[in-house]
Amino acid sequence: MAEKMAMAKAINESLRRALEEDPKVLVMGEDVGKLGGVFRVTDGLQKDFGESRVIDTPLAESGIVGTAIGLALRGYRPVVEIQFDGFVFPAYDQIVTQLAKMHARSLGKVKMPVVVRIPYGGGIGAVEHHSESPEALFAHVAGLKVVSPSNASDAYWMMQQAIQSDDPVIYFEPKRRYWDKAEVDAEAIPAPLHKAQVVRAGTDLTLAAYGPMVKLCQEAADAAAEEGKSLEVLDLRSVSPLDFDAIQASVEKTRHLVVVHEAPVFFGSGGEIAARITERCFYHLEAPVLRVGGYHAPYPPARLEEEYLPDLDRVLDAVDRSLAF
Amino acid sequence: MTVDSSAARKPRRSAAGKAGTTGSKTGTTGSKTGTAGNASGATGTKRTTRAAAKTSAEPQLVQLLTPEGKRVKNAEYDAYVAGVTPEDLRGLYRDMVLTRRFDAEATALQRQGELGLWASLLGQEAAQIGSGRALRDDDYVFPTYREHGVAWCRGVDPTNLLGMFRGVNNGGWDPNSNNFHLYTIVIGSQALHATGYAMGITKDGADSAVIAYFGDGASSQGDVAESFTFSAVYNAPVVFFCQNNQWAISEPTEKQSRVPLYQRAQGFGFPGVRVDGNDVLACLAVTKWALERARSGEGPTLVEAYTYRMGAHTTSDDPSRYRGDDERAAWEAKDPILRLRRYLETSNHADDGFFAELEAESETLGRRVREAVRAMPDPDHFAIFENVYADGHALVDEERAQFAAYQASFADAAEGGR
Repeated sequence: MAEKMAMAKAINESLRRALEEDPKVLVMGEDVGKLGGVFRVTDGLQKDFGESRVIDTPLAESGIVGTAIGLALRGYRPVVEIQFDGFVFPAYDQIVTQLAKMHARSLGKVKMPVVVRIPYGGGIGAVEHHSESPEALFAHVAGLKVVSPSNASDAYWMMQQAIQSDDPVIYFEPKRRYWDKAEVDAEAIPAPLHKAQVVRAGTDLTLAAYGPMVKLCQEAADAAAEEGKSLEVLDLRSVSPLDFDAIQASVEKTRHLVVVHEAPVFFGSGGEIAARITERCFYHLEAPVLRVGGYHAPYPPARLEEEYLPDLDRVLDAVDRSLAF
Repeated sequence: MTVDSSAARKPRRSAAGKAGTTGSKTGTTGSKTGTAGNASGATGTKRTTRAAAKTSAEPQLVQLLTPEGKRVKNAEYDAYVAGVTPEDLRGLYRDMVLTRRFDAEATALQRQGELGLWASLLGQEAAQIGSGRALRDDDYVFPTYREHGVAWCRGVDPTNLLGMFRGVNNGGWDPNSNNFHLYTIVIGSQALHATGYAMGITKDGADSAVIAYFGDGASSQGDVAESFTFSAVYNAPVVFFCQNNQWAISEPTEKQSRVPLYQRAQGFGFPGVRVDGNDVLACLAVTKWALERARSGEGPTLVEAYTYRMGAHTTSDDPSRYRGDDERAAWEAKDPILRLRRYLETSNHADDGFFAELEAESETLGRRVREAVRAMPDPDHFAIFENVYADGHALVDEERAQFAAYQASFADAAEGGR
């Protein structure tokens, strides 16, 4: 039953299935219709489900999310696309002030089953505002859930689960992995949306990552293995909530933790993980939790992004520093 | 009264207008107009616009009842109130009086420390009751935080509105029980929710309509402009009901717009109309017209209800710092309740018994509200963690447990102390 497909196609198939199974599901955003989205993630959906369900919107992000909130109040389940990470901020007010709080403000009477899809992250040589990783800015907000798949299969299933969720889910799509292929089994029983997964078992050190950095961590583990180091790679999958139990279990075994993300390290999810794992695993840790990520600088022009983004050597450098304690 | 290309394009306060308000206003705003003039002096285009505007007339208000309580004919809108009976008129009067009484009680409760804040609707009763009574049950309302009169029309228990102002919740009613959404404090956001909801009505093939309330200040918000765009593009059945109460806290409307607000609709491709916001009958008629347009697939309408915020912005505000008493006095002469009372009396639609009975009913309402607020319990401490998520969240569970343990540690200490 499993079929090998690219992540972008897997998300497309997942959206297609949701549109087929639930007439209340809508897809909306800029260029999602005829064009199929700038990454073709919504390719063919408008043709098959019509303009009323796959909606090309005016070019106004706050309007996209604000009207999605209204549609959710009417009983719809909108999946909205923000075209690029750096374009989400006009909608930030609606997401933070309205979408995240509506359920609590109504004392639980109103539900907000809205998925906000955001292609994010760098590594594709894009121009300014097309390579950012703003997940921490959403994880900081109570009422939102934040996830990011690392592979096609997770992308398919996590989208199904995000659409079924009665809470707003910010779904970060690692755009540099859109074309990576993996087996997708549309009849499998998926793991829970907010549970981390050990994608490589190891004993000496835990690498924790999500989205685009999982593949990098797997490559780093391969390289470390050649040097006789056994690294465990944890795909966190969900940034809010974070699966601290899974991280704790891994760290109690390996006693070393390195967190890797593209987002700036300062006030990033790695900082939160470091703080909580230090609380939970103080007597197990043999080294401070280290972080590898972006710098406290605007995302650089494309010809500098290789220096800015975590790469194999930077991850291995952190591994060495951790193991040297 | 719909927008046409020859409509006036100049600041509404720079000439005497039908509103009859401009005597004091022009005085107040003389220097402000001067400031605007300096700013616009930077470009030739703007000067041209201003010069051209002098030859046009001040936009007219739709008015069916004069401030003196005289019913005036209006060929365009009379039909929309043709079915209004004397009993209906007494009903509108009762709605306005009770809303004002409730509002006054809430202000008093704030002064007594029972509420943390109150946003009074004093002066805007006609705009709210007129538009609110134009709605059908299946229509949906998206209010700001001042729509106490509309809430009344929707059958929302007035004491429900007070929870957030007392600080026991952040909303607290079920929007779907009365099709009255939660109060929205961040200005203008709800216009987009209303538009989205209206888009959903269209998808459902229903003939309900949506009304979005906002004010002159909100008209500057990007979300309001985006809601105009979306509703126009999708032909959404939504009525944008802008209560222009002349003041956004301390800023007069000319700090928000160079054109009369209803004219904004023109650029978005749908009609805008200015109605006398202190005339309940005119507000009823114009809103009914706009709702019928929505129901019959003609799309959005902007209604600018030209009214006045008689009180402070909220109980925390001090209007004496930015506006004069003469302005308020001029508007008092156009009081929405007074003019309908005059009409009811001169047309013998209500007798002394009606007014006396209503007086008693008002006092009963005031007492009920007072007692309900005083009896409103503080929420349970653990309410902090309730309804953060519909499907739960591991961190919330963890923090709730930590909080419980922390709270329990005090209980243990107290017991130990005894």
